[in-house]
Amino acid sequence: METTLATSGPNLLEVRGLTKVFGTLKACDGVDLTIGKGEIHALLGENGAGKSTLVKMLFGSLEPYSGEIRWNGEPVTISSPSIAKKLGIGMVFQHFSLFEALSAAENIALSLDDKTPIGTIAAKAQALSYSYGLPLDPYAVVGDLSVGERQRIEIIRCLLQTPDLIILDEPTSVLTPQEADKLFETLERLRSEGKSILYISHRLEEVKRMCDGATVMRHGKVVGHCDPRQETAASLARMMVGNEVQAVVREPAEGMERAEPLLEIRGLTRKPATPFSTPLRDISLAVRAGEVIGIAGVAGNGQGEFFEAVSGEVMQDEPATIRIRGKDAGRLSITGRRMLGAAFVPEERLGHGAAPRMRLSENLFLSRYATDAKAFLGAGGLVREGAIDGATQRIIEEMDVRKSGRDPEAAALSGGNLQKFIVGRELDRSPTVMVVNQPTWGVDAGAAAKIRQSLIGLARAGSAVLIISQDLDELFEISDAIAVMHNGHLSTPLPIAEATLEQIGLLMGGAEPGHADHSMETT
Amino acid sequence: MRVELVKRPQHSALFSALSPFIALGLTLIAGAIMFSLLGKNPFDALYYYFIDPLTGIWDPGNRWQLHELAIKAAPLILIAVGLSVCYLSNNWNIGAEGQFIAGAMAGSIIPVVFPGFQSWLVLPLMLVLGMAGGAAYAAIPAFFKVRFNTNEILTSLMLVYVAQLFNDWLVRGIWRNPEGMSFPGTIRFSEYAILPQIWPDAGRAHYGFVFALVAAVLVWFMLSKMLKGFEVKVLGQSPRAGRFAGFSSGRMVFFAFMLSGALAGLAGISEVAGPIEHLNEKISIGYGFTAIIVAFLGRLNPLGIVAAGLILALTYLGGESAQIAIGVSDKAVRAFQGMLLFFVLACDTLIHYRVRIVGTSAAKAEGAAQNV
Repeated sequence: METTLATSGPNLLEVRGLTKVFGTLKACDGVDLTIGKGEIHALLGENGAGKSTLVKMLFGSLEPYSGEIRWNGEPVTISSPSIAKKLGIGMVFQHFSLFEALSAAENIALSLDDKTPIGTIAAKAQALSYSYGLPLDPYAVVGDLSVGERQRIEIIRCLLQTPDLIILDEPTSVLTPQEADKLFETLERLRSEGKSILYISHRLEEVKRMCDGATVMRHGKVVGHCDPRQETAASLARMMVGNEVQAVVREPAEGMERAEPLLEIRGLTRKPATPFSTPLRDISLAVRAGEVIGIAGVAGNGQGEFFEAVSGEVMQDEPATIRIRGKDAGRLSITGRRMLGAAFVPEERLGHGAAPRMRLSENLFLSRYATDAKAFLGAGGLVREGAIDGATQRIIEEMDVRKSGRDPEAAALSGGNLQKFIVGRELDRSPTVMVVNQPTWGVDAGAAAKIRQSLIGLARAGSAVLIISQDLDELFEISDAIAVMHNGHLSTPLPIAEATLEQIGLLMGGAEPGHADHSMETT
Repeated sequence: MRVELVKRPQHSALFSALSPFIALGLTLIAGAIMFSLLGKNPFDALYYYFIDPLTGIWDPGNRWQLHELAIKAAPLILIAVGLSVCYLSNNWNIGAEGQFIAGAMAGSIIPVVFPGFQSWLVLPLMLVLGMAGGAAYAAIPAFFKVRFNTNEILTSLMLVYVAQLFNDWLVRGIWRNPEGMSFPGTIRFSEYAILPQIWPDAGRAHYGFVFALVAAVLVWFMLSKMLKGFEVKVLGQSPRAGRFAGFSSGRMVFFAFMLSGALAGLAGISEVAGPIEHLNEKISIGYGFTAIIVAFLGRLNPLGIVAAGLILALTYLGGESAQIAIGVSDKAVRAFQGMLLFFVLACDTLIHYRVRIVGTSAAKAEGAAQNV
């Protein structure tokens, strides 16, 4: 013990044998983790590997079953987030906890214990934000801010408490490439000031680029500590998944111009439903049989509104605005559109795509009671539980959904496993048109590859697939053409052979396609 | 030392089953304390409340008491079964008392306004009218909720008083029995308009109790085995997922309110056509409100509601016997029922949370952590 400490210096955080048990599932099983001062340490692992559980124990929102946490060499018990904050542990969550109707400064004030006047907080926050290169207007209302700006509030809020260790949960999953670069600069600056960072991500390139050390978890256990700079993305992925991640294979689609469009959108316009939603402005798009079209864009530019309109959760005035398999669907409900052969996967898993407190079998029935009425419903609306259970187990096996118990509640699954189930639920009925919003948000590499490959497979079997995603790597991997949504407008899809990351990044930032062409002409 | 609630990853099946019993136990303890404070022997009081009305089980001479229990339980079960559909679908119908009275008034139209119409058709028509009246009255707060997004708790509750006062006006005014010596109340119903008793020789229990059992079984079947029941639960738990499933929340508001209104209306007309035999100004002893407690004590499960309805009916009978035997005020019944609802709702916390007591040693460790 002494010798190891002597070689690595006094560590900021040492975790030994940390274990957490949920029922029969060991979410964390004897986890060891060491973070030195001024180190950016990556925590890698598939969904359900136990990363969130570990982090929650470090931040005091879960109580460990056994094991030891040492902070600056002293054993500590972190029984609540306020104790974690007092020790000097700060956390930036993957899903933000901000009030949209309040200003940035007010949101920050809410998380501070003392009664500092709001003006002082605003001034402090602004000074701090500029010094770290994260410019922030403390009086801006959160509802008006982009996702990247909201993340800045979370980071500033965390930094105001002068933590020694900052935990970042999937920070770049909501950022444009340009915004992510800015974040990396900030993190490097923090490291140079001697602060330590625990960085949770599934983007292996980022981890290789930034992190000094990495801990890889699989099935609740630590499978290795390594220096990510010495590893390749493939070797890191192999450690996470336990075997080689299969690269997604996309054969170029042929003869697509001649194929019939299965999903057509013509002049879709929608007024904002709330002060915080984005209007849709004259969107037109056709997705042909055998084709995957990707829609890129920074979150909050109308993707959610667009999904609601296409899925039929919100209907259109004109029947011909949306056409599915050549039939007018604008006045059809989501059930009517499903009956035409369409399937939908929304962004939010819990509470939208699935009812959290219902079992997986009930959640299967949720989206398929009408399309599979012959199999799932008996005379007079009687539910045939046996048939539903059979289909549920088939999907669980097909998509490799990991869970405890035979048919657990949706909320008991990890995000990635629930997503595999929700995507599998729709694929299982071989839809002709599939619309997916954020197919692999927060999903680990292994599961994401599986979901992406299955979406390509669906398209190559003759269906039309429309993917809305903020993950550009994903869109470049699976799309035949990429369109960009910005402020309710949709650009013309660029064929994948012509699209570049930079071009799409510019469109995401609001450069109009016309402008880009114009500047090219003049130069 | 400090007590914390820790969210369970899954809801606890054990506490789902146990929580009504824990609540009953706590109510008995709190009731005993209340009676001691009133200067009564708590054991005597609890005996008269919960044991004395049940002596008919082993004493054939007191069998009429079980019939009285069924009479009190019938409206409670009927109404609570309807309310369970409302509450499961997240529609907070507090106005069952008003729908009960509206059903009683609508069903009484035939025997009061057309006393000459005497046929076996009268009773079925009255029951149908009673259900229609209750459903129509419940459709009012449903319409306001769907159309104007008003809070249904307030509108349905306020409509109770409208129904009560309208009924009061009817039985003192245009519907008053001219030969009733100025007492408020309509003429006595003809024999064709009376709901028959099940075993006339043994006691007064009428077919309203059978309606209650049939309604409980049918609604239980709908909720647990049919698509409609699934729709009720999805829209109640997770409205956005319900919309994604293609269910209409507006239609569900009408369905839940009108179903529960119809059952409350059926309870109302069964009450006036059964034991009371005419319409008067005090046809309900708060059945519509007590049924809310029944619905929750029965865990919003129609079969559980049958048992819960019998228990609450027992408090009504027990209140009477305690009043006669040891002179406890009849207001104590309401206090009892109120405590029961309080403990039922409190104990439901145990289903989704577990209680953790943070001892002094942990607190010391915290102190140590803060000193680092």
